[in-house]
Amino acid sequence: MSTNITHRNPEFPFRHLLGIEGLHPPHINYLLDLADEAVEVSRQVEKQKAVLRGRTQINLFFEASTRTQSSFELAGKRLGADVMNMAVEVSSLKKGETLIDTAATLNAMRPDLLVVRHSQAGAVHLLARKVGCAVVNAGDGAHEHPTQALLDALTIRRHKQDIGGLNVAICGDIRHSRVARSNILLLSTIGARVRLVAPSTLLPSGAHNMGVEVFTDMREGLKGADVVMMLRLQKERMSGAFIPSVREYFKYHGLDAGKLSYAKPDALVMHPGPMNRGVEIAAEIADGPQSVIREQVEMGVAIRMAVLEALAANLPA
Amino acid sequence: MTQADIKTTPPVLLKNARIMDPATGHDDDGSLIIVDGKIAAYGANAHNQGMPEGTREIDCQGAVVAPGLIDMGVTVGEPGAEHRETLKSASKAALAGGITTLITSPDTDPVIDDPALVDFILRRARDTAKVNIRPLAALTKGMNGKEMAEIGLLQEAGAVAFSDATNPITNSQVLLRLMTYARDYQALIIHQAQDKDLAGSGVMNAGLRATWLGLGGVPKEAEFIAIERDMRLVAMAKGKYHARLISCPQSAKAIQAAKRDGLDVTAGISINHLTLNENDIGPYRTFHKMSPPLRNEDDRNAMVNAIKDGTIDIIMSDHNPQDVETKRHPFAGAADGALGLETMLAAGLRLVHSNDLPLMTLLAAMTYNPAKRLGLQAGTLAVQSPADIIVFDPEKPWVVEKSKIRSLSKNTPFEDELLTGKVLTTIVGGKVYDQQG
Repeated sequence: MSTNITHRNPEFPFRHLLGIEGLHPPHINYLLDLADEAVEVSRQVEKQKAVLRGRTQINLFFEASTRTQSSFELAGKRLGADVMNMAVEVSSLKKGETLIDTAATLNAMRPDLLVVRHSQAGAVHLLARKVGCAVVNAGDGAHEHPTQALLDALTIRRHKQDIGGLNVAICGDIRHSRVARSNILLLSTIGARVRLVAPSTLLPSGAHNMGVEVFTDMREGLKGADVVMMLRLQKERMSGAFIPSVREYFKYHGLDAGKLSYAKPDALVMHPGPMNRGVEIAAEIADGPQSVIREQVEMGVAIRMAVLEALAANLPA
Repeated sequence: MTQADIKTTPPVLLKNARIMDPATGHDDDGSLIIVDGKIAAYGANAHNQGMPEGTREIDCQGAVVAPGLIDMGVTVGEPGAEHRETLKSASKAALAGGITTLITSPDTDPVIDDPALVDFILRRARDTAKVNIRPLAALTKGMNGKEMAEIGLLQEAGAVAFSDATNPITNSQVLLRLMTYARDYQALIIHQAQDKDLAGSGVMNAGLRATWLGLGGVPKEAEFIAIERDMRLVAMAKGKYHARLISCPQSAKAIQAAKRDGLDVTAGISINHLTLNENDIGPYRTFHKMSPPLRNEDDRNAMVNAIKDGTIDIIMSDHNPQDVETKRHPFAGAADGALGLETMLAAGLRLVHSNDLPLMTLLAAMTYNPAKRLGLQAGTLAVQSPADIIVFDPEKPWVVEKSKIRSLSKNTPFEDELLTGKVLTTIVGGKVYDQQG
């Protein structure tokens, strides 16, 4: 959902980026094109653009994430913004109190861009309604993680040219994954065929009605796939509640050479990180020739530059 | 209202009305006469014999005259959360919504689990409220789900039935003993059935909607497996049981089967579950967060049919005032509950206007049926009954404006919505409260 349409930037007429939901193919392609340019900028010796000069970006992370936070920080800095990181440690279920209080405090600091990660679905929407600046969702509970889906799309597009018509298998803990939701939305929107591959206990309710194909046998699910996206399995879900054990999970749902051989020979292997080697993915696959996992990290910075730039164009001058 | 008040209440004539009495099925044009706070007569020729001097005449201009509504599910913040709602503010809201009797929930702070607390509610009601207040008492001490409350003493103090509000009693042995013991006092047990383990950490209806929103789901099985268990326990204990709020057709089916088997079972539902569905949550609207959660449109339709076929007996507002402090949170962390007193009838009339429910059936579920189930002398236009009466225009449109809400809290799920049907006058014990303007 990307609310409050403005018309300063007709190619991306949104105030916030709260999710992939609501984006149409031209919006997505616009961001991907912009990100391609950002990749070039990032590969130069002089890595700075000036589009965010004078702007203040605050990274507000209610849930710790070194990778995503660093990626947004670097993206903002490469565009010339003043970037501040705020980590808000919360333990109780009273998180919302902190959220609204923090929003009011931040608003008074007059940031231009706010990047937010929160452990509860909908928290970023709530915050976006309470602040005056542009908000980027950096992950809210099991809801959405739009920049991850965009960076995945960018990585795929750079290898396969056209995403439309590709078979993309998303494998693992789909039930609890915001990455999976955003990817399903994005890939379906631009015409890829999405398959979900997971044990039934890790599939979300209503999976069969999400406009995807669903598989519980990984070999079946990977047959002829152009892209294999693995998801991280959280530690607390490894022993008994959703799956019996790590070794059983790895045997049937971990990506190893045997299972990967069912996908197309040039299939890309992806993972949003951080990986559990030997749980959802074998080390030799993660580091193997088909893996584009490290490239995803590079694309992450580029896509975040693109998103920040697109939103900044809609900020009051 | 004291005896002296009633004596000083002038006689009232409601004329040019459509008189509807769900107790008898009477539905005809005519007038209704109130003398000494009681219904003296009604019908087409009721005022032919002339009215006493000083009679207040109200020309209803074709509006409906019906028994005042009895709301079987009302949470009030008194004692303990008076900033959210007092008996006084709830009573004002009730008058606006045409509710003349509030059955108050025991989940206050402290919990109403002691005869002195029942007495407190009744005294506060007498001193501050304009409508009738009949309290429920807790089923277990502190609503802990373990130890029986003093059912006999609480009943004697004035508790009309026993309930742990929205807390399910998970221990079957405890519930069976409660049913068995309550039987000795002919006490009605009102239970919100839910399998807590199946409900887990869910915060809305399980399914595709919840999946896309990334919210945990409460499957319908969490409700109807518990209802099915309760029906088995009622069959063992032979007690009086009311399912507080059922939200899915499978629960209705279990209730229907129990009724067919001759068990003393009734069921209720909230107006929200009859008129809203999970899609109304939209982008995380916490005013639509309730327990049990709003279900899907098919379920909602099935529940309307369950009212029509008599499986569900009672519609309540499930009024639950919550403020910004408890509602302005990320969805999962927000409190459950929505306001309902001022909108119950008007929201219910949506079902009448859409031809899904006859008006008489809707009124019965809000008047006669709860009165009968609780053994109250109310919910009827029978001569000599207390004059708890409403006059409403089923066709009058109005918009639910936040600034006009009488409740101290503002968490209505119908904010800014157009409703059709408005209460014009509410009469409690013969005392007339004009609700226009």
